[in-house]
Amino acid sequence: MASNDLKVIKKNILDPVFDNNPIALQVLGICSALAVTNNLKTSAVMSLAVIAVMSLSNLSVSLIRNYIPSSIRIIVQMVIIASLVILADQILKAYAFAISRQLSVFVGLIITNCIVMGRAEAYAMQYPPVKSFFDGLGNGLGYSLVLLVVGFFRELLGAGTLFGYVVLRTTSEGGWYSPNGLMFLSPSAFFLIGFIIWAIRAWKPEQNEEE
Amino acid sequence: MAKKKFNKESIKNIVIVTLSLCFFASLVVSFVSVSLRDLQEQNEIFEKRRNILEAAGVIGTGEQISFEELEREFSNIRIKVVDFDSGEVVEGIDIDAYDPIKSSKDVEASISLSKARDIAGLKRRENRGKVYEFLKDGEIETIVLPIRGYGLWSTLYGFLALDGSGKMVKGITYYDHAETPGLGGEVDNIKWKNSWKEKTAFDENGEVVIRVLKGRASPDSKTEIDGLAGATITANGVDAMIRFWLGEDGYGKYLRNYVFK
Repeated sequence: MASNDLKVIKKNILDPVFDNNPIALQVLGICSALAVTNNLKTSAVMSLAVIAVMSLSNLSVSLIRNYIPSSIRIIVQMVIIASLVILADQILKAYAFAISRQLSVFVGLIITNCIVMGRAEAYAMQYPPVKSFFDGLGNGLGYSLVLLVVGFFRELLGAGTLFGYVVLRTTSEGGWYSPNGLMFLSPSAFFLIGFIIWAIRAWKPEQNEEE
Repeated sequence: MAKKKFNKESIKNIVIVTLSLCFFASLVVSFVSVSLRDLQEQNEIFEKRRNILEAAGVIGTGEQISFEELEREFSNIRIKVVDFDSGEVVEGIDIDAYDPIKSSKDVEASISLSKARDIAGLKRRENRGKVYEFLKDGEIETIVLPIRGYGLWSTLYGFLALDGSGKMVKGITYYDHAETPGLGGEVDNIKWKNSWKEKTAFDENGEVVIRVLKGRASPDSKTEIDGLAGATITANGVDAMIRFWLGEDGYGKYLRNYVFK
C-alpha cells in the first residue's frame, strides 16, 4: 500500500474525531446520544455497536459500489445497514442481555442514525473498501467520543458512580455527594453536548460558522 | 471486461442487484438468528426468573445476580399449577414443562373470553396458571403471580407478588413489553415499581381494591398507584390486568381457597 493511502486512512480515522465530529460539528445522531448516555456502560456498548455497524456498512457498500444502480442506491444502503443492525442487536441479546434490555429500542434505531447512512452515501459510494472501512471506523469513534464524555459526566454527576463503581458516595448511602437528578434525564445530554461543542470550537475556532 | 460496456443502470442490473442483495442479507440475518437462538432463550428464561425473585423482593430492583445464585434461590420456591375455574391445585402434572402462555393459544387448554370479561385484552385465557410460593417455616411468605395484559402497543408480561396473607402487594415487575420508552416504558421505572410495595390489593371482603389512577395518587392512600405521565393507555392496561388476574377469572378463587386467612 502506498504511503499516500496510509495518510488517507489516518486522516479518515482521526478527522471525524475532532476536526469533523459527526455529533459536534455536523450535529447528527443526537437522538441516541440523548437516550443512552445516562451511564457509561450503556454508552460504551452503544458506541461499540455503532462503530461495528458503521465500519462494516461502509465496507460492504464500498465493495459493491460499482454495481449499485443509482436509482435504488438508498434502498441498497438501507438493506445493508438494517441487516448489520439486526446482527448487532441479536449478538447483544445473546451475549450482553442485561445491557441490551437497557438499550431497548436504541440499538435497532441505529438504522435511522443519520451518521451511518450519511457516510455510506457521502463516502463509501465513491471510495475503495479499505478507505471506506476506516472512514466508518473514524466516524464511529467520533460518535463514541461524544457519547463517552456525555455518559461520563451524566453518570458521575447523576449517580456518583463510573461504570457502576462508586466514586462520589451519595448522601442516600451515607456519603456527602447529593446527586444531580437532572443528569438522569435526557435534557442534560443536550446541555453537555452544547458544552462539548463550545469546548471543541474554542479549541479549533475554524469550526465556527461564518457570520 | 466484456466487450459490451457494463451498464449498472439497466433494468436487468437493478433486478439482479436487488435479488442477490436480499438473498444474501436474509441468509446472513437468518443464520445469526438461528445460531444465537438457544443463548437468547436461556437469557429470557433467566430474566423471567430474575423478575420473579425481584417481584418477591428477594433481590433489589434491577439487581443482577449470577446464574448459580439464581438457581439456588429458585430451588427454594414451591411452584404450583392452579385451575382458574375451580381455584384448586392441579396434581400430577409436569410443572416445569407446563407453559401457561403457550396453553393460552391452544384451543383445548384455554377459553375464549367475552368482551365484557376480557378487561386485560387477552382474547383467550389458559385454564391453568402457575403460582410461585416462597415459604418460611412451612408458611407462605410471598406468593408471586404471573400477569399479562395489553397496553398501548404490546402485551405486557410480568409478575405481581403478594405477601403471605394474599392481600398486600410486595412488588411488581415486567419482563417483556414493547411500550414507548420514557412513556409507557416507565412501567420499568424503579420508583414507580417501588410505589406498589405495601399497597392493599384486596379489602376484607376479598374485593380487588388496588387501582392505578390517571394522575397522582394521594400520598396516604393504601390502594392507589400513581398513573404514568403521558401513558394513560399503558397505565389503564396495567390497572385492568391487575383486576383481571386478581379477579374471578384469574387467581381470585385460588387465593380465596388457599391463601387468604
